[in-house]
Amino acid sequence: MDIATAHAQPKTRVALTINGHRHDLEIHPWVTLLDLLRGPSLQLSGTKKGCDHGQCGACTVLIDGERINSCLKLAVTLDGTNVTTIEGLGTPDDMHPVQKAFVEHDAYQCGYCTPGQVCSAVALLREGHGRSREEIREMMSGNLCRCGAYTNIADAIQDVMDQEVKVGMREAAE
Amino acid sequence: MRPFSYTRAETLGDAMAALAANPTARLLAGGTNLIDLMKYDVERPAAIVDINRLPLKEIEELPDGSIRIGALVSNATVAHHPAVTERYPLLCSAILAGASPQLRNAATTGGNLLQRTRCYYFYDPSTPCNKREPGSGCGAIGGVNRIHAILGASEHCIATHPSDMCVALAALAAIVEVEGPDGRRDIPFSDFHRLPDDHPERDNTMRHGEIITAVRLEGNHFAGHHSYLKLRDRLSYAFALVSVAAALDVKNGMIVDMRIALGGVAHKPWRDSLAEAEFAGQPATEETFAALADRLLAGAEGQGDNDFKIPMARKAIVRALKQAAAGTPQVQSDKQIR
Ligand SMILES: Cc1cc2nc3c(=O)[nH]c(=O)nc-3n(C[C@H](O)[C@H](O)[C@H](O)COP(=O)(O)OP(=O)(O)OC[C@H]3O[C@@H](n4cnc5c(N)ncnc54)[C@H](O)[C@@H]3O)c2cc1C
Ligand code: SF4
Ligand code: FES
Ligand code: FES
Repeated sequence: MDIATAHAQPKTRVALTINGHRHDLEIHPWVTLLDLLRGPSLQLSGTKKGCDHGQCGACTVLIDGERINSCLKLAVTLDGTNVTTIEGLGTPDDMHPVQKAFVEHDAYQCGYCTPGQVCSAVALLREGHGRSREEIREMMSGNLCRCGAYTNIADAIQDVMDQEVKVGMREAAE
Repeated sequence: MRPFSYTRAETLGDAMAALAANPTARLLAGGTNLIDLMKYDVERPAAIVDINRLPLKEIEELPDGSIRIGALVSNATVAHHPAVTERYPLLCSAILAGASPQLRNAATTGGNLLQRTRCYYFYDPSTPCNKREPGSGCGAIGGVNRIHAILGASEHCIATHPSDMCVALAALAAIVEVEGPDGRRDIPFSDFHRLPDDHPERDNTMRHGEIITAVRLEGNHFAGHHSYLKLRDRLSYAFALVSVAAALDVKNGMIVDMRIALGGVAHKPWRDSLAEAEFAGQPATEETFAALADRLLAGAEGQGDNDFKIPMARKAIVRALKQAAAGTPQVQSDKQIR
């Protein structure tokens, strides 16, 4: 199939709720969620393309709260789901606790992997599996950082976890 | 990626009809292997049948004590399910040793079984590969073959099966439930994947048009003594060079029963039930484990770059069995030797 014939192919309707806003879209089936997010219609370029093959985690977003690699997900398969990207987590004036911790701990250098790292860390907190330093590192291994900011990334996540534990204990005591 | 037509199957019947209607159609589950291969132009389906709506998402505990895992249950869900954690901890360890949390959320049980080899030549359509293009030759034989097979290879293909989960399923003697135009059937795990022989293009014994519906695990007595040891180039998010799923039933220091399967060494998870039977009744000691390792690797042959896998596998087998015997399984977050 040449490109012209390909573009003439029927599109599929999908309804996605992205960062709380509903979008009714008509897209070609071969468009990945990553390309859809970054493309001209949505222009949510916070989510990054690193490898495009599931090997780096730069494209990590949340689908109904669960982290996945958006480069390996066809958008048409996500009809009816809630997608959360880095743009949906916080704003410069009102950061998500994980974003705040990344700033405080200097958990990035070039920042390219950061949106994926933050989305992944938010999901990790929700999953509740990683608690120790070693577990955090293992459960964050799906996000590579070419600048090697790993130590500070783990510090930032550990910090948020410790705060959550403190809040939990305070609430339990009240 | 080449364009393709897309349909969403609502029922198993829809999916089977769509497969029957188009010989190049492919089922799409998590997509973590298929979409990747389509981007490399290795897979070129004209039609994609999305099976994510099929009702195959349950983990059922059956009255006879077995567990049925639906084909669409994610790898992450299996690994953290309480019944699986309690009764088949070996399976959880193996899954958690594979890929990354993101990939395990998307990857499904059926897709994991059917993921294709990571042989570099298979992934590169500009090179010969009998698996990708039957009759074109094998780039890996005499080529770069560091990740390739040391057991059961053929003159046509020396690829390995890359799954971690499948190594545990082989050790636990799982049963694969499939449904196709000729009805349903159960495939014992040891018969599911195949050796390459003259047909490396066929990874498994499924027939055209069949769909995996579930994987079933029968009751076992290995929950107390098991270990999944995975050796790789980095400590996480890398495929196995060699892996060992070891499960023991030990009483008073003697082996009552055992299961051992190897990953990263062959075209399928490698298990030798005759060898397992021979070693039952022997003391659970390092000497016994070393003798078993020699027995399992008796036919091993290196291809050059991967010669190191033979001594590595030998040591890994002994270490995994020692961990299993001591009841201190390898923990994914703490890869120290214990
Ligand atoms: C970077 C990276 C690292 C990885 N590391 C590891 C690792 O360390 N260990 C490991 O074990 N795995 C690893 N994986 C592989 C991963 O586990 C597989 O890609 C995944 O399990 C495939 O499942 P899926 O549902 O995404 O399959 P899909 O990609 O959807 O499908 C794979 C194949 O199975 C077929 N299929 C799917 N479901 C069915 C069904 N029910 N019936 C019949 N056919 C079906 C599809 O048609 C397709 O041919 C890695 C993958 C990536 C991208
Ligand atoms: S080892 Fe198998 S998969 Fe790799 S190039 Fe040879 S035939 Fe292809
Ligand atoms: S861009 Fe998706 S994992 Fe690298
Ligand atoms: S901060 Fe540069 S890649 Fe992570």
